[in-house]
Amino acid sequence: MDAGARNAAFSALLLGLFAVVGTGVVALTHTLTHERILANERAVLERALHAVMPPEAHDNDLLADRIEVVAPDLLGTPDPVPVYRARRGGRPVGVVLTPVAPDGYNGRIRLIVGIYADGTVSGVRVLSHHETPGLGDGIEADKSDWILGFTGRSLGDPPPERWRVRRDGGDFDQLTGATITPRAVVKAVRNALIYFRNHRDELFAAPAVEEESR
Amino acid sequence: MSDWRAIAADGLWRNNPGLVQLLGLCPLLAVTSTVVNGLGLGLATTATLVISGVTVSAVRHIVRPEIRIPVFVLVIACAVTTIELLMQAWAYDLYRVLGIFVPLIVTNCGIMGRAEAFASRNPVPAAAFDGLAMGLGFTAVLVVLGALRELSGQGTLFDHAELLLGPLGEGLRVQVIEHYRGFLVSVLPPGAFLGLGLLIALKNVIDARRGARPVAVPAHAHGHGAA
Repeated sequence: MDAGARNAAFSALLLGLFAVVGTGVVALTHTLTHERILANERAVLERALHAVMPPEAHDNDLLADRIEVVAPDLLGTPDPVPVYRARRGGRPVGVVLTPVAPDGYNGRIRLIVGIYADGTVSGVRVLSHHETPGLGDGIEADKSDWILGFTGRSLGDPPPERWRVRRDGGDFDQLTGATITPRAVVKAVRNALIYFRNHRDELFAAPAVEEESR
Repeated sequence: MSDWRAIAADGLWRNNPGLVQLLGLCPLLAVTSTVVNGLGLGLATTATLVISGVTVSAVRHIVRPEIRIPVFVLVIACAVTTIELLMQAWAYDLYRVLGIFVPLIVTNCGIMGRAEAFASRNPVPAAAFDGLAMGLGFTAVLVVLGALRELSGQGTLFDHAELLLGPLGEGLRVQVIEHYRGFLVSVLPPGAFLGLGLLIALKNVIDARRGARPVAVPAHAHGHGAA
């Protein structure tokens, strides 16, 4: 080997060494933080679930009693949607599902919707959205009470044709300066209720899937 | 340039990454809708600057010039990934707010700029201090811009401080202007540009008053644009 080749080989080796050490540091950090990060993710999910399905209404672990369904038409996404089942003494109490409102002002709005077994909404929250700050973000529970207006409603209250914002002749308020965002959310909640009505018994009967291990 | 005071003055004022070098504008403009967001990203960036500065400086004698750029990239990427994991573990709520901008610290060319222009030519303590000064200078701009936008946009300061400080931050939120209706432009991206423009102008005015002409980016601190 001449000097040039030796130099290049040394450089390559050195670069490889840096890659190995760097990967090692990241891998070590990952191992040390993995459990904690999973616990954080679980806690956030649990918080979201309990916001729409009161903890006192059920006695099972929602996170463990989970199935996945695919219903692009009614749940707004071609991806599998997790459904968490709430039970009390083994009897069905309700479900929590995470539909998507595909037609927000700025794209997809991810929702979390709790529905009691009788088809009444136990709660709705927004998981993520890209709506305009100050206008469309009124759908967040932190910003306004609008989203709480779904609680206690069902497909019969108001009747299906009035599950719209007021501007479209329905029963739900729009937000000041924003109609498209609430319209998308109202439609998504209504569709989730229709999905639940159509699949109620299967949803409770299906065996729970194992929690994904990552 | 191993004089400590010169390094501090450079990072915090004279050659401030946010106001003079104009490096790392993407996160600077994106996350400064509130003080707390700005502070969170500023501290994460500072940590990255210090870690990458120290590492690059420590290996500066064994890394040959032809592979230095890939080595810097590796060092910075590892530092940011590690910080990202640590944030997910210990400041998960803040991580959720800052979202994509934490991994994007990698692309903040201010960090690469300091590795190349300073850390690779100076001893470890100086490199660490330069990273700290540059990071704090950047953080200061993020915080001031965040305060400006939060105050004019929603009439508060330190909203959601609990994301950064935990229970300690619960009561920190200040409603500066009662019954404020909000000023949308401040919250949206244009407000960030306007705010930054005002801050740069303010700095230039102060420099002019003090008789010191604003110092342009030195030739060795290259790397343009807003990554």
